[in-house]
Amino acid sequence: MSSTLPTTPQTPETGTARVKRGMAEQLKGGVIMDVVTPEQARIAEDAGAVAVMALERVPADIRKDGGVARMSDPDMIESIIGAVSIPVMAKSRIGHFVEAQVLQSLGVDYIDESEVLTPADEVNHSDKWAFTTPFVCGATNLGEALRRIAEGAAMIRSKGEAGTGNVVEAVRHLRQIKGGIAKLRGCDNNELYAAAKELRAPYELVKEVAELGKLPVVLFSAGGVATPADAALMRQLGAEGVFVGSGIFKSGDPAKRAAAIVKATTFHDDPKIIADASRDLGEAMVGINCDTLPENERYANRGW
Amino acid sequence: MIGVLALQGDVREHLAALAATGAEARTVRRPEELDSVAGLVIPGGESTTMSKLAALFGLLEPLRARVRDGLPVYGTCAGMIMLADKILDPRSGQETIGGIDMIVRRNAFGRQNESFEAAVAVAGVDGGPVDGVFIRAPWVESVGAEVEVLAEHGGHVVAVRQGNALATSFHPELTGDHRLHRLFGEMVRDSG
Repeated sequence: MSSTLPTTPQTPETGTARVKRGMAEQLKGGVIMDVVTPEQARIAEDAGAVAVMALERVPADIRKDGGVARMSDPDMIESIIGAVSIPVMAKSRIGHFVEAQVLQSLGVDYIDESEVLTPADEVNHSDKWAFTTPFVCGATNLGEALRRIAEGAAMIRSKGEAGTGNVVEAVRHLRQIKGGIAKLRGCDNNELYAAAKELRAPYELVKEVAELGKLPVVLFSAGGVATPADAALMRQLGAEGVFVGSGIFKSGDPAKRAAAIVKATTFHDDPKIIADASRDLGEAMVGINCDTLPENERYANRGW
Repeated sequence: MIGVLALQGDVREHLAALAATGAEARTVRRPEELDSVAGLVIPGGESTTMSKLAALFGLLEPLRARVRDGLPVYGTCAGMIMLADKILDPRSGQETIGGIDMIVRRNAFGRQNESFEAAVAVAGVDGGPVDGVFIRAPWVESVGAEVEVLAEHGGHVVAVRQGNALATSFHPELTGDHRLHRLFGEMVRDSG
């Protein structure tokens, strides 16, 4: 039958913006889970995670241990890539483009230039256009999100405050991003130039957001999600999916909690399903109150 | 009314593409929502996640029954996997809806770094090749006698049709080129 087919031009192109951003579109409505071992990665996949984030220590442990947090051991990342069929993400330090080059060479599906690790550059983030592998970056407000997109980020997550099990900062940051977009929607063309200046973001991107009424890339939420209701809250506030870090594998029954958070993320607008998913999950991770967290221990302050 | 299976994935893009062709579209997450649609799109996403959620929320059997009864369906990427009678390398417990007599290989074109765009000529779609966006895409390893191969890329089958079931490895919903959605809309109209 193939002899009757029209001829297909053979000019494949990798690493395009459409392929990078499109990858994140495929993750929408899903949960991305932090894992530190191949066993945890399999538990996450079996629970219905759309991707896993391979790292050496979850944020709660990074917080507890202190010291400099860096990219994970390549062996550990490869063992997780080998364990699951879903996409695998890994973190580089902010501005550490060599860690990002290493992650790209390992074949990870997405690089998270993450404030959870200790920043390598206090002025510059990595030039993400230079990579075939797409990047996700954290943001606390619209200006920060747009600066990351200008640098080539193909996906944005609200930062929240990782490793606390407290959703309050995730809510604050998502509301700030959504609020910023709503404000742009109300601007006329004359006001967009000043808005771009105020946001410290390129005018073209600001104009695009004003027209679309959303970011030009997928927006997830991260940092402090610990329960099915937390995940559903972020979805109802406008996140297109959630990252769950310490919340799953620092809890009493990770497999059950992971599956419950997946259910609540899909049926985020159905309180009965969220209620059922919330039953008998065992101990949630012990949380930290963000207002007692000293400024210099807030990861969300990292990145500029 | 055309439904888009909305358990997970790029649902919004399919709703927008269908709307652009003038079709009425809605999301489907529950068995009772399936009853009201005359056609169903299964979007791109993670096939393992979609399969688990479909089983968990009692959608798998109703979906199989409707597809068996001739409901027009169109699957892109993960949706293609969901419509395969057989997956070459399923995860444990990964079930499909089936409907197309084919064996599909998941992530066959590679990981994200190998994801690509290429022009793909599709039989039955006029006006030149479509812009194929392949993201960790599957390909069709082999097809049964009833299956019509609509397109190939690099020697691999990437678009097929069997009766009222259509599937592509790539994502027309990400491109603004709505010809495949229009083709599907015609399939839905013809079946009604």
